[in-house]
Amino acid sequence: MSVPILKQGDYLIASVQSELSDADLLKLRDDLVSRVGEFRSRGVIVDVTILDVMDSFATRTLRSMAHMIMLRGAKTVIVGIQPEVAFSMVQLGLKLESVATALDLEEGLALLDSQTKGDTRRG
Amino acid sequence: MAEENCIPINSEIDIVTARQKGRAMAAQLGFSSTELTLIATAISEIARNIVEYAREGEISLSIAHEGDKQGIVVMGCDNGPGIPDIKLAMQDGYSTGKSLGLGLPGAKRLMDEFEIVSEVGRGTKVTMKKWVQNHAR
Repeated sequence: MSVPILKQGDYLIASVQSELSDADLLKLRDDLVSRVGEFRSRGVIVDVTILDVMDSFATRTLRSMAHMIMLRGAKTVIVGIQPEVAFSMVQLGLKLESVATALDLEEGLALLDSQTKGDTRRG
Repeated sequence: MAEENCIPINSEIDIVTARQKGRAMAAQLGFSSTELTLIATAISEIARNIVEYAREGEISLSIAHEGDKQGIVVMGCDNGPGIPDIKLAMQDGYSTGKSLGLGLPGAKRLMDEFEIVSEVGRGTKVTMKKWVQNHAR
């Protein structure tokens, strides 16, 4: 099931609605990387609140996605990682080190605001 | 509740099915929500190994009894290429595929018991168990 991507001002918000297969995750990555250019977005939020499993593939895909989006000039924040999922990721040895995370959508937007404020490329 | 549940693993879509069924069975056994996530994640890792290395195989789920303990048994079987060096494959960060190399050692950390038997050219069989903790009952 594909993930809807909403445009909200300078940001894109991808809100995961159901469990994702590997193909869904890769499509989300490709969609976001291209739409960042299409909408000239400065930030991307991926809301994973609904996910009850983040295995090595999901983690790796989110990490590479954030890196690609960074190369396209925008920032990514992953929001909504559940406590059980965080516990399981740590046990498994998975890291999202270089990727910004925030508790929920509200915190994620605040983080993007603070990081992109002063960026006056659009005047 | 069915005592055994067999899920064919033929494509990456089946990985999601396997972990959902595993979670549902574990939920009925009375595991905590954190444990359900650990079990579902471990199933995801071994199912992905099947898809990545053997292309097809199966995951079977069953209930284990030992004394008054109850638990879930997850078995992943395939007739794939097998693993030449299990000790190496069980090391963190070792991978011959495109993964992070955390699949097998990671799954072992998430479960209580973990056993792997593999024969080159014949296939691999992973058996993992997790017991319901007494306080949860």
